Amino acid sequence: MFGGIGILMLFLLIGEAISGLGLALPGNVIGMLLLTAALSLRIVRLEQVQGATNTLLDNLAFLFVPPSVGVMVYFNLIGDNWPAIVVSLAVGATAVLLAIGLPTQWWMRRLERKHADEGDPM
Amino acid sequence: MSFPPIVPQPVLWVAVSLLLYALAKPLYQRVRFPLLHPVMVTGALLIVILRVTDTDYQTYMEGGRMISFFLGPSVVALGVPLYVRLQEMKRSAPMMLSVVFFGSAVGIVAAVVPPLLMGAPDVVVRALAPKSVTTPIAIAVAEGIGGDAPLTAVFVVLTGIYGAVVGPVILRLFGVTNPIAFGLAMGSAAHGIGTARSLEEGQLQGAAAGLGICLCGILTAILTPILVSFLLG
Repeated sequence: MFGGIGILMLFLLIGEAISGLGLALPGNVIGMLLLTAALSLRIVRLEQVQGATNTLLDNLAFLFVPPSVGVMVYFNLIGDNWPAIVVSLAVGATAVLLAIGLPTQWWMRRLERKHADEGDPM
Repeated sequence: MSFPPIVPQPVLWVAVSLLLYALAKPLYQRVRFPLLHPVMVTGALLIVILRVTDTDYQTYMEGGRMISFFLGPSVVALGVPLYVRLQEMKRSAPMMLSVVFFGSAVGIVAAVVPPLLMGAPDVVVRALAPKSVTTPIAIAVAEGIGGDAPLTAVFVVLTGIYGAVVGPVILRLFGVTNPIAFGLAMGSAAHGIGTARSLEEGQLQGAAAGLGICLCGILTAILTPILVSFLLG
């Protein structure tokens, strides 16, 4: 697991360095893409990073606790603008859910039907 | 009430955060009531404790920073499920990429236009733009477009909770029952909290949600600066 975390930190470091050169993408996203590429090219093997990854991602929700406490700093700003914020949260999230859920549902149905017609299992 | 100087604040707040979360998580697993999401319960209790002990947010964050530091490597770690899911879902990958591209753009516009029309201040609107993606990506994006990072973090968490609570209801209402469609939508709309909720439905839902976080995160990071400069100037 220590090697795995080390590898993740190394890719974060490279990502941050590249981002620092003036690329519009955040360093952590660049690190994620480089890690995906390194796995595809077999530079990094899945077993080397899987333990560390599972530990971090299984407990991802806990890492959101400190930023959620930040709400106390913004009580007034949020209180003054709560209708706009609530509408933005609700409309934004609902739009994403449907804009992604409906086309994917339609596509998956079509794939399933095609597979059923050809008689080969998914 | 405040603490004597002998109490090391960073250690204190890391310990309190861990212990509250350790209590809140099994509570949620037992009752499964979405408003009692452990992040919500832990955050609310911490705010009460900080208020009662007259501790400000900066002091809390001396410890909190050590926790949220791990959001950085966690985003990098998302590269692993991204790789695994892309291998498994190779045939659907171009379709998913185009759907999430469309969904991310719709999400940014739908998050920005209503508060803009309702006259919310610029700092609030800019902080709302990247709210559907995972916190560390959203914070980096918000900083890039002149939004306030901690405010964005708050909106990200609220979006995640809203998505986890209301998302499954909306999806069922519109007949989105396919596990991949369900997960992809939840992960894209409600990041890590939506993914945790998708995992409750099943492994495939959780996997698709993980893919949703990765794809939506990357595409939102690319699209937000472009769309925001177009909408807000």
